[in-house]
Amino acid sequence: MKNKISVNVNGKQYEGEVEGRELLVNFLREHLSLTGTHIGCDTSSCGACTIHLNGHAVKSCTVLAVQADGAEVTTVEGLATNGELHPIQEGFKEEHGLQCGFCTPGMMMTAVDLLKSNANPTEHEIRDALEGNFCRCTGYHNIVKSIQYAAKKMNGATA
Amino acid sequence: MIPISFNYKKASSVDEALSLMTDDAKILGGGHSLIPALKLRLNSVDTLIDISKIENIKGINDNAQSVTVGGGATHASIASNSALAKAAPMMAEAAHTIGDRQVRNMGTIGGSIAHADPAADWPAVLLASDANVVIKNKTGQREVDIDQFFTGFYETALADGEIITAIRIPKTAYNANSVYEKFKQPASRFAIVGIAAAAEMDGNVVKALRIGVTGLAEVAFRPMEVEKELIGKELTEANIDAALGTIANGVSVMGDHYASEKYRTHLAKVYTKRALLRLK
Ligand SMILES: Cc1cc2nc3c(=O)[nH]c(=O)nc-3n(C[C@H](O)[C@H](O)[C@H](O)COP(=O)(O)OP(=O)(O)OC[C@H]3O[C@@H](n4cnc5c(N)ncnc54)[C@H](O)[C@@H]3O)c2cc1C
Ligand code: FES
Ligand code: FES
Repeated sequence: MKNKISVNVNGKQYEGEVEGRELLVNFLREHLSLTGTHIGCDTSSCGACTIHLNGHAVKSCTVLAVQADGAEVTTVEGLATNGELHPIQEGFKEEHGLQCGFCTPGMMMTAVDLLKSNANPTEHEIRDALEGNFCRCTGYHNIVKSIQYAAKKMNGATA
Repeated sequence: MIPISFNYKKASSVDEALSLMTDDAKILGGGHSLIPALKLRLNSVDTLIDISKIENIKGINDNAQSVTVGGGATHASIASNSALAKAAPMMAEAAHTIGDRQVRNMGTIGGSIAHADPAADWPAVLLASDANVVIKNKTGQREVDIDQFFTGFYETALADGEIITAIRIPKTAYNANSVYEKFKQPASRFAIVGIAAAAEMDGNVVKALRIGVTGLAEVAFRPMEVEKELIGKELTEANIDAALGTIANGVSVMGDHYASEKYRTHLAKVYTKRALLRLK
């Protein structure tokens, strides 16, 4: 049975028809061609598929597309505004926060969720927030620095 | 991985969800136990009834005698709730140890206790808190004492088609003085052993004590002999050590490739001691 859904993704309203069993990550990647959201483990562990659902970081491989009906979704493609990088994107660029880049979209979406609730996280709080995001390349050090860079920049901008 | 086909129905109220309920339907809460199981095809379902959009079962209400946590409250909302932080600090402490940030944003307390995973955190905490589970069904509402709720390996007192709408945490002296200690499975972050402990003290001496243990046995439980042994005593290392010998009495201890029965029992003692030494 198909279900009609209407989802706001990165500020744009999309209408679609999905089966109940269809996962949100597949809807984003296959229906909307937003392939910035990655599928790593497909078992709720690695965080590569992290997006924001109504402002909160969630693993889109463990959410049904129908559950996003009426919701606001933000993916990594929605971070930059008018071609200008989001501070978190700038942070990953400046601090060499990625190597292969596979984990990066999920890392950034989790980091932005953290910075919304805690504008000035300690290193420990950053590492704690990244518990559900795996990186197989960087060893996390530069990811932490990238998030610290973004925090500084975002605080500077609002001060 | 995609689950086997099913029908999906969104409920906007508990009554609507109950009226949609059929023999082959299942409730969808936060989906963070059910969806992984459906994806792995360990489980299949004819119809899912989504209760995650029902606003009035998501809140946490601070009342005179208790704090009422909605069955649909997420782990994240419990972790950051100030009324619970005061009335039962072990709730916030345990919530923060569940899975990771993303899991806590979706998973719910009602879903967790309905699922009754032997390694889940909430069962231990709710046993220690003397909670009451508020359950709705087609004919009305009932309340189950938490001591009667967990009945076995993934088994509870919930009947088919019933919905957990709330969990009442009584405001007691022991809940106000409560802690959670957990030894995590390093990959999943589920508890290999999780210990919730709540004590009312009379000076340095224990007046009332409740302990909840998860991970050790096939179902979370209270080690009643340990609780009894410590009443009227000070929480010194020597007294605690003397009481802990009976912690696994009468339960069937689990052993697997992460932790043998012997190691789990040892961990339960170590973590119970840690928890008790933090109670003031
Ligand atoms: C990566 C990962 C790590 C995790 N780590 C931990 C951990 O460390 N500790 C821990 O305790 N848990 C952990 N979990 C499990 C998580 O806490 C789940 O959210 C929880 O077990 C189930 O809650 P849910 O709302 O997601 O329920 P669902 O998955 O939606 O449902 C689970 C079961 O409960 C039923 N149900 C759901 N809501 C209700 C209700 N209100 N009334 C009656 N029945 C209901 C459903 O029909 C289903 O049978 C983890 C999960 C993941 C994916
Ligand atoms: S792909 Fe979703 S958590 Fe790994
Ligand atoms: S940069 Fe390769 S997995 Fe993180």
